Amino acid sequence: MMRKSRKESTAKLNQNGLTKRLLRLRVNGEVKEVATETNKTLLEVLREDLGLTGTKHGCELGECGTCTVLIDDEPVLSCLVLGVESEDADIVTVEGLMRDGRPHPLQRAFADLGATQCGYCIPGILLTSRALLDKNPHPTREQIREALAGNLCRCTGYTKILDAVELVVKGEVA
Amino acid sequence: MREKKFSVIGKPLRKVDALAKSTGDTRYADDLELSRMLYGKLLRSPLPHARIRGIKTDRAAKLKGVYAVITGADLPERFGIMPSTQDEEALAGEKVRHVGDPVAAVAASSEAVAEESLKLIEVDYEPLKPILSIEEALACTEESERIHAWNRRANIQKAVSFEFGDVVQGFAQADQIFEDTFFFQGNAHLPMEQHCALAQYGPEDKLTIWSSTQTPHYLHRALSKVLKLPMSRIRVIAAPVGGGFGGKSDPFSHEMCASKLAMITGRPVKFTLTREETFYVHRGRHPVKMWIRTGVKNDGTLQAMHFRSFLDGGGYSSYGLATVYYTGALQTVSYKLPVYKFEGVRVFTNKPPCGPKRGHGTPQPRFALEVHLDKIADKLGIDPVELRLKQLVEPDSITVNGLRVSTTGLRECIEKAAARAEWKKKFHQLPYGRGIGFAASAYISGAGLPIYWNGMPHSGVQIRLDRGGGITVFCGSTDIGQGSDSILAYVVAEEFGVDPADIRVVTADTDLTPVDLGSYSSRVTVMTGNAAIQACRKLKEMLFQVAGEALEVPVDDLEMAEGKVRSQSYPKRAISFAECVEKAETKFGTLGATGSYSPPKYPANYKGSGVGLTPAYSYSASIVELSCDPETAEIKVEKVWIAHDCGRAFNPLLVEGQSEGSVYMALGEALMEEQVFRKNGLHKFPSILDYKSPTTLETPEIETILIETNDPEGPYGAKEAGQGFLLPVIPAVANALFDAIGVRIDELPITPDKVLRALEGRLKPVSVPSFDFPPPIKWRPGEGVEVPQKS
Repeated sequence: MMRKSRKESTAKLNQNGLTKRLLRLRVNGEVKEVATETNKTLLEVLREDLGLTGTKHGCELGECGTCTVLIDDEPVLSCLVLGVESEDADIVTVEGLMRDGRPHPLQRAFADLGATQCGYCIPGILLTSRALLDKNPHPTREQIREALAGNLCRCTGYTKILDAVELVVKGEVA
Repeated sequence: MREKKFSVIGKPLRKVDALAKSTGDTRYADDLELSRMLYGKLLRSPLPHARIRGIKTDRAAKLKGVYAVITGADLPERFGIMPSTQDEEALAGEKVRHVGDPVAAVAASSEAVAEESLKLIEVDYEPLKPILSIEEALACTEESERIHAWNRRANIQKAVSFEFGDVVQGFAQADQIFEDTFFFQGNAHLPMEQHCALAQYGPEDKLTIWSSTQTPHYLHRALSKVLKLPMSRIRVIAAPVGGGFGGKSDPFSHEMCASKLAMITGRPVKFTLTREETFYVHRGRHPVKMWIRTGVKNDGTLQAMHFRSFLDGGGYSSYGLATVYYTGALQTVSYKLPVYKFEGVRVFTNKPPCGPKRGHGTPQPRFALEVHLDKIADKLGIDPVELRLKQLVEPDSITVNGLRVSTTGLRECIEKAAARAEWKKKFHQLPYGRGIGFAASAYISGAGLPIYWNGMPHSGVQIRLDRGGGITVFCGSTDIGQGSDSILAYVVAEEFGVDPADIRVVTADTDLTPVDLGSYSSRVTVMTGNAAIQACRKLKEMLFQVAGEALEVPVDDLEMAEGKVRSQSYPKRAISFAECVEKAETKFGTLGATGSYSPPKYPANYKGSGVGLTPAYSYSASIVELSCDPETAEIKVEKVWIAHDCGRAFNPLLVEGQSEGSVYMALGEALMEEQVFRKNGLHKFPSILDYKSPTTLETPEIETILIETNDPEGPYGAKEAGQGFLLPVIPAVANALFDAIGVRIDELPITPDKVLRALEGRLKPVSVPSFDFPPPIKWRPGEGVEVPQKS
């Protein structure tokens, strides 16, 4: 009855003799080399091979937005991209939002305004928000809503999340 | 203390874990990895109801990379959250009772190998007739049709009946009698984090488990029972929970299997459920059919009420024993009700088990009650807000079913919400297609009784002071995102006059922290807060004694503020908190103290009176404004106003956050979300894409109005602020829809197809089954009543 998961296909491919490959990934400004199965999603490579567990999984089917990372400044669902597809791209995860050891203004705003409750969806929401602000530093509340429509959060009712992004837009982060 | 101006309480501070959560530093259960770790997977039943004739696991066990395979025979001990309904097995022994019921578990070198091995397990099922609805369960009374063998009447888990006051006379005194039926569809918690457990068993024969659980203490007990290990050999650590909402409050199969497989293999074993599995593990909102009959005077005064609820429990009991009582308990605590009769029944069906979700058993009857009152107001030509305001329960009173109300801010909630929403200007005045609706509610601030009977505290806190002035707070409470770790830091910072950021909080680890019963029933702020205050005050006594001696100031003139212990009269006479701690340790030895909290004793003494009791009730009122396109029946919620009596807002940001999240969740339940099944017992939408929940685009602006009533039982006057907000929003949506387009939808969720059918006059009223309820337990206020006063 259970839907086939990504892992089943992984197992088959491995039995068919699919081997590991050395991937060269540019993650958070650092080049990382990792030997891993070619059918692994970027999400799996980040979490399992690179230990970047800040990127979370909510469905692994591209439905919830939780695993969002930035690839060349675009928010991308890392569960729908293979690691091998991500070579030669700039990948940013939540760990890479910090600057010089200081949290990004979005990270501070989310903390200051209570926009993180359980916090599980927050990495994906932060990265989607950063992609928005990089392109449009002064979005309206409606534009923020539109940009975040693919990131589900079950705790906050989105209100404090929208407030926090607006706070950064206004440049009012402490 | 209460007159004192607060330095921490009431301030919009950061949560203690807020930065870790926004930098990705927080390690949830599935982020943990141990060396030599194996991956576990469960084989789940594809059938809703079947006898297991046999299971063959040898092929799976031989697969390269598989370390162990277990079945029901390896974990025969039954468990369950409620002591009297222990009807769950880690792995099904003789029978499966819903699609997704686990039958075998494996531990393997990778998730992929584990999944591959599941296909090699052969289960010989003898299919049995599935029971998939309340009506079918009530009709299947033959012994051969039983889902469980232990319960007295086939497929009836629990039937209850109460009569408070003379019902016949109560209805006889009414001018008019109204009757309605309602259906609240089941729905899921859908936390963004899937359940996960990682277990490790060491050569010293001790088990450690990290789990995404809301109730580590109850899990501790259940593991001990199932694994047959003393509790002293088990350490349960609740990892930060990535969303709970009640869905991670039961002990689960994957926790038992991770532990057992770790014991067998001697290696750590991790189980992470898939999103699909979470829909089958469930424990979500019960589908409930309801019938309500109310007698009123012509001016709208309630004379008598008779309420019946029929709960679809799914395949196991879970919290259902409490849920069935909850569907009848809290109808009485918002409006004066002189006579009340309640009958409820929870049936077993071959679907994933239902359990507690935000509001546990009370959103369903609250939906029915508040829509029913809206209908009565409409028929009597009375403003629905006025109808409520004229008969609110008084503070310091006892309800007809023996519940003690201490403070109530419901009047202020209703009046402020109505004023902010411009109710008088809008009600019945908006153009066709736009409407405004109102509802109110009440909720508990923590269950008055523990899940298992015992006389011990519900919450314990231990505080340690070190020589540098450092403060560490230890408590079994479990932060599920609501901010319970921060609450501990705020309380202790307030008491010691220090910055909450300087306090370390250690929680939810059964080896390190005193028991707290868990994050359920909105109990944590009231219970841990009181326990923490008690621990702090024991230490303050010692600290004040040495500070008084050092400063030559009488102890009753001392205060702790701004990191100092100082004279209130001459604030310059002060020593730093750290220096004071050093002096106290010199005088008294190592510094530590404990505090604990147990709820007060309660007035009612009848069997079943334990559910609904609480130290204090929170109150809420909500107004919803929406539009509905009469052509497409698309509903757009424009704005929600919610006023909530939280006693005292420890941190208004966190309370508003709970409010906004509750309103959002309520709108999902009112308009979109449903956990429904096909005839073969399969979930119709076991994915996030198909199970529709609100996104940023469907979530409207939410205005929260906080009312503070300073309850004597709460820490600094605080009451519940986690679940109560959800309750009035759902009926307010239904009432607003009636104001907008003149049709009533008495069946949730309110989807466009139902609205269109109603507009065309084709929506049938909800049918309610007939059932022979047991004779009622009769109780009247005044019999054996003892109302304790807080000292």
